[in-house]
Amino acid sequence: MLNFIARRILATVPVLAIVAVLVFLLLRLTPGDPAAILAGDAASADQIARIRISLGLDQPIIVQFGIWIGHLVTGDLGESFYYKIQVADLIAQRLEPTLSLATLTILFSVLVSVPLGVIAAWRFGGWFDRALMGFSVMGFSIPVFVLAYILIWIVSLKLGWLPVQGYKRIADGFWPYLQHLILPSITLSVIFIALIARVTRASVLESLGEDYIRTARAKGLRESQVLIRHALANAAVPIVTVIGIGIALLIGGVVVTESVYAIPGLGRLTVDAVLARDFPTIQGVILFFSLVYVGVNLLVDLSYVFLDPRIRY
Amino acid sequence: MTDAKLRGSGPVLDVRGLTIALPSGSDRREAVSGASFSVKRGEILCLVGESGSGKSVIAQAVMGLLPDTLPVTGGEIVLEGENVAHAGRERLRELRATRMSMIFQEPMTALNPVMTCGDQIDEVLREHTQLTPEQRRDRILAIVREVALPEPERIIASYPHQLSGGQRQRIMIAMALVLEPALLIADEPTTALDVTTQAQILTLIQDLQQRHGMGVLFITHDFGVVAEIAHRVAVLRLGKLVELGEKDAVLKRPQHAYTKMLIGAVPSLQTHGRAAEGASEPVLRTVGLCKTYYDRGWFGRRREVHAAQDVSIEIRRGQTLGIVGESGSGKSTVARCIIRLIDPTAGEILLHGQDIARMSAAELRPLRRRVQIVFQDPYRSLNPRRTVLEAIIEGPVNYGVRRDKAIERARQLMDLVRMDPASLNRYPHQFSGGQRQRICIARALAQEPELLIADEAVSALDVSVQAQVLDLLEDIRNRLNLAMLFITHDLRVAAQVCDYVAVMSQGRIVEHGPAGQVFGAPRHEYTRALFAAAPGRDFAFGSA
Amino acid sequence: MPAAQSKASELETLSVEAADIRVTESAWQRVRKNWSVRIGGAALALLLLIAVSAPWLGTVDPTLFDAASRDLVPGQRGEITTLDGEIIKHKFWFGSDSYGRDIYSRVMYGARVSLTVAVLAALLSLAFGIVCGLSAGYLRWLDGILMRFMDGLMAIPAILIAIALVAMWRGSLTTVIIAIAIPEIPRVTRLVRSLVLSIREEPYVEAAVALGTPTWKIMFGHILPNTIAPLVVQGTYICAAAILVEAILSFLGVGLPPDIPTWGNIMAEGRPQFNQYPHNIFIPGVFLAITVLAVNILGDGLRDTLDPKMAKRV
Repeated sequence: MLNFIARRILATVPVLAIVAVLVFLLLRLTPGDPAAILAGDAASADQIARIRISLGLDQPIIVQFGIWIGHLVTGDLGESFYYKIQVADLIAQRLEPTLSLATLTILFSVLVSVPLGVIAAWRFGGWFDRALMGFSVMGFSIPVFVLAYILIWIVSLKLGWLPVQGYKRIADGFWPYLQHLILPSITLSVIFIALIARVTRASVLESLGEDYIRTARAKGLRESQVLIRHALANAAVPIVTVIGIGIALLIGGVVVTESVYAIPGLGRLTVDAVLARDFPTIQGVILFFSLVYVGVNLLVDLSYVFLDPRIRY
Repeated sequence: MTDAKLRGSGPVLDVRGLTIALPSGSDRREAVSGASFSVKRGEILCLVGESGSGKSVIAQAVMGLLPDTLPVTGGEIVLEGENVAHAGRERLRELRATRMSMIFQEPMTALNPVMTCGDQIDEVLREHTQLTPEQRRDRILAIVREVALPEPERIIASYPHQLSGGQRQRIMIAMALVLEPALLIADEPTTALDVTTQAQILTLIQDLQQRHGMGVLFITHDFGVVAEIAHRVAVLRLGKLVELGEKDAVLKRPQHAYTKMLIGAVPSLQTHGRAAEGASEPVLRTVGLCKTYYDRGWFGRRREVHAAQDVSIEIRRGQTLGIVGESGSGKSTVARCIIRLIDPTAGEILLHGQDIARMSAAELRPLRRRVQIVFQDPYRSLNPRRTVLEAIIEGPVNYGVRRDKAIERARQLMDLVRMDPASLNRYPHQFSGGQRQRICIARALAQEPELLIADEAVSALDVSVQAQVLDLLEDIRNRLNLAMLFITHDLRVAAQVCDYVAVMSQGRIVEHGPAGQVFGAPRHEYTRALFAAAPGRDFAFGSA
Repeated sequence: MPAAQSKASELETLSVEAADIRVTESAWQRVRKNWSVRIGGAALALLLLIAVSAPWLGTVDPTLFDAASRDLVPGQRGEITTLDGEIIKHKFWFGSDSYGRDIYSRVMYGARVSLTVAVLAALLSLAFGIVCGLSAGYLRWLDGILMRFMDGLMAIPAILIAIALVAMWRGSLTTVIIAIAIPEIPRVTRLVRSLVLSIREEPYVEAAVALGTPTWKIMFGHILPNTIAPLVVQGTYICAAAILVEAILSFLGVGLPPDIPTWGNIMAEGRPQFNQYPHNIFIPGVFLAITVLAVNILGDGLRDTLDPKMAKRV
């Protein structure tokens, strides 16, 4: 078991290494002089030269990469051009809102979408199924920010039930904290619910076609038992997998949602850093998000062992 | 009162005039048309038919498991005096596992893979009884012992994938019988099993049936199995019951033309006794052929699987060599090595004395056309996006035959495999399994091979179609003076077509020789066990 | 021989095996009959028509601004001064933005950007994905390296790659398309590779090997044609994703320059005044949502008809 976990963790190393290379190259593969781009249009030749030296851009690219990786493994992501503090500290400061938003979204989405998907598969082809599939296509199609503005307009501006924008730390009291997260979470959940409900439906539908379901029915089991203990239990692997893959989608959504709702999280930081051409921060945030993605998918991988006894470790 | 009385006397199951509709747009209107039969207490009734005859539909109708698309439109299904044809969901649920149970064809897939075997049996008890957990556990262990599974404690804690196919089928049987139902429906329960396992499961079902006095409705397509297990036989054709009677009467003196045809098509276990002429040079020889698979672990843990070991065979013109074995015996590995779809690990493959075992793709290319193959699955052997014509001319065109010449040859080949040359421009999905298999034969023959390999080429076909294709293969071999390598798990088929037989087990050839000799007086222990397990081996079909 | 013949014919007359006649329609016939394909296709055709004929739909130059016609609500009349100094009377169907630009014209022209980005990004990622997927599926030595690289690329969330690339290269149509296409390549590669790996195990491919068909002919004659259906479906979904990502980039202000009429830019421009003039966001938002919806519906229809196996999967 420990061996299995160790092997799985080791298997993520090459992926992380490639991520690091790609993120590094992102900055260096730019056409033109990165230092000039960083300095902005109004910079003098002197300023550009100073930036070049401060970034080590005058060194050969391999040396640059070596230095960068050296810093990286010690957790040093460099200093933000714009905020003038360590990028690692910056990320830590901005973590709480994003983590809250993501957790709430995932919890809400899973709780809603899995039962919906199971019912749709059970009543395959019926009105509920078709309604859910219709909802799911629309959920995939409506852009996050359009949905955000629709919700703000109705719930906050017209009904006045919830605050329009902003964020309250959990230390400022739980209710205000939650109040500010409800709309962003719902916004972000729609696409997630669409995705998970669809995959749940498809995989439950597939297991409903399997022979062991016929066996379960021939045993005289109740339909609820057949659905949950037999169909859903066997559909668990693809459902958990899609939750893992969906993390990438969630991160994309966070970037947009935090911008619309003015939540000072990592997503907002990403956009601000891009607009300010704050490259250490951009690199740091991308690396951080990729690490989260790889980490979550590692957990998903490990969960297979508990979900399906056929997967050997 | 009357209920108890009915339970005591009448048949366990009485099906009267059962009619089940098919959805509109099907090839016929009814899946089952007015079928009537009964299963008595302590009796095994075999329901026999080819694919599409509606035999499984009847089984599911009795259990009330039919999908809504197949409604019962007429007749009665009387289980112990109670008509269940239109019983409510709840009532059917109560009856299942308590009064009637069912076991299925695929023990691999019929058990829930993510639940232990013990839990799966336990579910039945929890659903239908008020027993305490300790009582349930005792019952489970008792029934697991009764189906003769070793180490019951370990077995009930195992997941299905940790057990063998035969063990899984025993778990299915235990699950079906734990509440002592009056009726057991067995839907092709041994079809997916190897012949030796099949024999054991058949014996088990017979034992349990006698001990508990159940009625058994046994569904099968295999007349060998019927001969082995049935008391009475019902023959089904296109949803209609064409013949019903005692086993000996039906199998030895069939009345209906269809039954006669089916029984006539069952290959005999007696070899044809044709004199094998061994004068000509062998077309192909293998010497010490080995294929080993390495399973490379992460930290250097290596597992070796010897799929084929030290296999030496030879095949001559105008002769058929059969390789017989159970699944996993390595017989297909040998075929795939010979045609170089996989590379052998060691040994020689001599085609007219020239070793092709280690030839590069380029060296091999000119020789490829001399050995051709026909696969098992007629549905996947033809590219769905290409017409039959394109499939047949692909080979010759590869070797520079002009297209019009190749087309001309394709027409002749269609004649040869007894198909209409006018259908050359159709796509594979427009043909039946047997027809597709003929097309595959034509495709192989277009290369004018010297050696034709048939890798379980008739195993997926119904017995009547199987007989046609076997007949065709024999005819072609004689006409074209081909050498043929015939891979099969079916002893009856092997007995019919082979001149020489090699029996494989665990990657090795354990016995080989002229077919008459191997079948008549098997020397190796494994061969003897294999033949002893062949269902209906002592039964003379249609002989009286 | 005659005995065998007669036996065979007797068997054939009694045999009940029927051909599998259910699938007599061609794939194309099934596609045309499918309602999802019809609805999605019709909506897209309409949008394409809008994009092509934008100049003739009563529009003005979408980049013209006029201080006199700022912040008009939909349906209001106003005037606009062209670059030549000519003053045109114009009815602002969808209102105007805070620079006095006609939102109706900007929305109509915006369809051009969305559709162009969608099609080109999809084609680009499909082309690279097919090449990489075929190579990985056929060349075993390349498989490990290539797929690890794709895993790494997949680990970076698509939007972040796109944002970062566009930020580096500055927004232009080409860079936006490339930036959107790159993160899609790993997904196409994986799809093609898994298709190749499963199709090459099919007996009909093994039969072709035995028939002496050269490898390149097997790849292009047997394998590639059988991957087209799932690739068409995948390509459709990439179109939908590309339209969304382009809009997000513009909306966040990191995509095409703000004067270029894109639906995302119109919405970004409307953000500060959302409380008073929500239509600045809602009108392009509706167009955006309907376009993506049409593509997705078309994709679902194609999937159901062309690729029934995949239809079961998702």
